[in-house]
Amino acid sequence: MKKKKSAPLSRRDFLIICSKALPFTGLLFFPFTANRLLFGQEIDEYDPTQHDYAMGIDIHKCIGCGRCADACKKENNVPKEPYYFRTWVERYIISTEGESYVDSPNGGIDGFPDLKGDIDILRTFFVPKLCNQCANPPCVQVCPVGATFASRDGVVLVDEKYCVGCRYCIQACPYGARFLHPVKKVADKCTFCYHRLVRGLLPACVEVCPTQARIFGEVGLRSSPLRRFLRFNDVVVLKPALNTKPKVYYAGADGEVR
Amino acid sequence: MVTNIMTGLQNISGYIYPNEFELHWGILIVVYPYLTGLVAGAFILASLERVFNVKVLQPVYRLSLLSALAFLFVAPLPLLVHLGHPERSFEMFLTPYTSSAMAMFGFVYAWYLMVVLLLEIWFDYRKDMVIWSKEKRGLMRFVYRILPLGVTDVSEKSILFDNKIGRIITIIGIPSAFLLHGYVGFIFGSVKANPWWSSVLMPIVFLFSAIVSGIALILIIYMVTTMFRLKTMSMPCLNKLAEFLLYAIIVDLSLESLDFIQRLYESEESIKILSEMISSRLFLSLIVSQVILGSIVPMVSLVWARFGRLPDEMRRMAYFIAAILVQVGIFSTRWNVVIGGQLFSKSLRGLTVYKMQLFGLEGLLMTGFLLILPLIILYLLSKLLPPWPDSEAKVQYSQAGDHGLR
Repeated sequence: MKKKKSAPLSRRDFLIICSKALPFTGLLFFPFTANRLLFGQEIDEYDPTQHDYAMGIDIHKCIGCGRCADACKKENNVPKEPYYFRTWVERYIISTEGESYVDSPNGGIDGFPDLKGDIDILRTFFVPKLCNQCANPPCVQVCPVGATFASRDGVVLVDEKYCVGCRYCIQACPYGARFLHPVKKVADKCTFCYHRLVRGLLPACVEVCPTQARIFGEVGLRSSPLRRFLRFNDVVVLKPALNTKPKVYYAGADGEVR
Repeated sequence: MVTNIMTGLQNISGYIYPNEFELHWGILIVVYPYLTGLVAGAFILASLERVFNVKVLQPVYRLSLLSALAFLFVAPLPLLVHLGHPERSFEMFLTPYTSSAMAMFGFVYAWYLMVVLLLEIWFDYRKDMVIWSKEKRGLMRFVYRILPLGVTDVSEKSILFDNKIGRIITIIGIPSAFLLHGYVGFIFGSVKANPWWSSVLMPIVFLFSAIVSGIALILIIYMVTTMFRLKTMSMPCLNKLAEFLLYAIIVDLSLESLDFIQRLYESEESIKILSEMISSRLFLSLIVSQVILGSIVPMVSLVWARFGRLPDEMRRMAYFIAAILVQVGIFSTRWNVVIGGQLFSKSLRGLTVYKMQLFGLEGLLMTGFLLILPLIILYLLSKLLPPWPDSEAKVQYSQAGDHGLR
């Protein structure tokens, strides 16, 4: 091949080229907007096979404000009563005697009451809980009609038009992450805000967390914040002995957390 | 419901996951394994006569079959009523999810109903129905003409054939009965999330408790019906029933004790909360009702009545009381499994309570109705197909020859 001697581009030339290219940059976005522009439709380009979601929770960062649990209820129309939660925050108090006390009044949405009594506190921490989106989900295994299923992107979902409301999945979940929706009479649980994921948004709880205690992202993507979280932290999952293979990873979780 | 749960809040000790405030499987799910157990137990009792040739049990053979059928009709109802969307229940048949233990229930049930019970009863009663169709008048005559489905041959050869087929069905029926109830045990025993349920012994314990409850049920039904029909009870039959009941209780109690001792000895993570639950929430239904009243007292009284020197009236009384206590005990067993498994939090940090409702689809009245319904069905069935030994139709070959109806 003939070698061409290339002089370094002067700043002036560079800017001229850039300014010429500018009108065409819009074209780059055309494929994404074409459907909407031409047909007034949302583009149906979400490909679940290209994703594999997981969540990390940094216990050290959680301040127990409960905004995640609140945001979740608002985003997903979860009934307001204090016994239906897709996500909630638990407070752990470990005494010097090694006793642990746990509470989660209204899932932590209204904050936590002052400590009463004379517990000699050794340490305390907050633990946000949610569906662990297990890779080996016991809830999916037991559903008699296959209404609850693991999607290809690794999220366990419930088809509410199919669920018969037998509640076997609720019994099978070791984490108490499921409930029966009191109005729809079907099983309900965290979906990682699937309706947001398909639009490229973060789950509501992750979005509102003021301390970034919740980290969300793709397992398979090197650049994802979750990958970074998994790389720099010693993580554990809850109840590993049950072999459910959770995809919610906890950094800094105490042995008492279950 | 809301107020129910709010009052429940005050009775919670320790920490439970917020979603656990509501107990998901209530008394109807207690009734379901109880009824299924009675079906399996009654059938296994019937098979003793048929397959194992325990001839003294002849008086209760047909009664056991009809009772099994009557209870089997009702067995799926509590499940259906309890569903959030009963109208979608047929999806379990159309699109069953094969890895689900519950999805297979429909098929096990259908198999048991169609292949085992209905067929066996049909073969057993066919000869009688043909004869009744000639003896009865009016509507019943019409019914008995339809029920043999056109097979009206009552020759010696065809009756022998009926018996042979009946025996084969019973032989198939025994593992089926084991499957039916062992499988109900598996529904609970396979839930690894729940340390109270998760046990390999669960299907076997369910099976033996089913046999216990089935024998006790037939004992009760036989005594009550014979009394109301002003007939004399067959004492050898009662003695045999009592013996089998005693053996079944011994096996059942041993298995349950084994399970219990194993748990205590292994002393896993859950042992603290489970012990707390047994000594507080389940004390009455487990220790008092299931173990003492439902197992030990009947066991002692059966030994005393069967092998002691007693007049027959006393003996019958003792059997009857033992059988009633056994029913209470087995119902408590089901209660302790189903409700007990939900009284502790899966966080293993707290206990909750079960507040039963009186009215409503999942209330006490509904439960009572579902427990009485099989008895009503049994009454109707006994009118249609009298199971009494003295009502069995005799073929009079001199008259009917071997031609049957026409």
